[in-house]
Amino acid sequence: MEQFARVLRKDGQPLRYLIVDDSVFARKNLSRMIESFGGQVAGEAGDGRAAITEYGRLHPDLVLMDITMPEMEGIEAAELIVRQHAEARVIMVSSVGYQENIVAALQRGARHFVQKPVKAEVLYEVIKYVMGEECVVAKSATQGS
Amino acid sequence: MKMELIQPFINAADAVLAQNLNCQTRLGHFTMEESAYHSKGVAAVVTVVGDIEGRIIFDVEPATATRMASIMAGIERQESHELVRETICELANQVIGNAITTLNDQGFRFKVHPPQVHEGEGMKSNEDTEALVMCFDTDSGKVFMNIAMHYKRRRRGEQL
Repeated sequence: MEQFARVLRKDGQPLRYLIVDDSVFARKNLSRMIESFGGQVAGEAGDGRAAITEYGRLHPDLVLMDITMPEMEGIEAAELIVRQHAEARVIMVSSVGYQENIVAALQRGARHFVQKPVKAEVLYEVIKYVMGEECVVAKSATQGS
Repeated sequence: MKMELIQPFINAADAVLAQNLNCQTRLGHFTMEESAYHSKGVAAVVTVVGDIEGRIIFDVEPATATRMASIMAGIERQESHELVRETICELANQVIGNAITTLNDQGFRFKVHPPQVHEGEGMKSNEDTEALVMCFDTDSGKVFMNIAMHYKRRRRGEQL
């Protein structure tokens, strides 16, 4: 995997992520990317309902949220998380990226959208954009696998 | 089934397989099948509902599934049977999700349900509607997509 300069919190600590996807494969894939950005996986969830619980428990810096999931879909979960935690930063990560879906996600609280298959360099830029001044980019790159 | 429904699946499969498997894909043969579909081994079934309704089966042989899962995990051989299933499921999700995105942006309105994975050559679709079967050749093996969809409603502004 490509090497990236680490994206850290302002205090120099790794960004903590909650990854929400019903696919174990997709969660593993996103975890690998996050680690290559110098981030830390704080937790995982397989559906929207579990994501809400995990967010309340972990308070991650960022949530990467799939849309099509059993139990509760990602857009609804994003809305409920943001309603309870106004500071939450949710990035939707889905293969279903039509315009109406993206607009609905953004209107209901998501900060950005990344279409699957995810390109690491795209996700990296989106994370920096969403974190804005709350993150710093370290000079040294991470050692990717 | 009209070409306007099929082309997005061809484009999506080509792009998604090429990116995930890091190889060129070649579109192989097309066939129309009226009988129930028999799986090649590892099949992910995605149901769509809305202006267009039906189902798409993304299907590969077990050895192909293992090769694809190994490439996508970046390891020599994926030993976890569960992760092989998961990988095929996610590939199906990405191909079908990208095709659905194109169709929605063209004016159709419908939703997909999460993929359901079935294993074993005995898996058989339970409907007898006409389906289009497409085959894609990749360096890991053949990928089959069986598409059975029909118009429930035309696009906004069009008549049936």
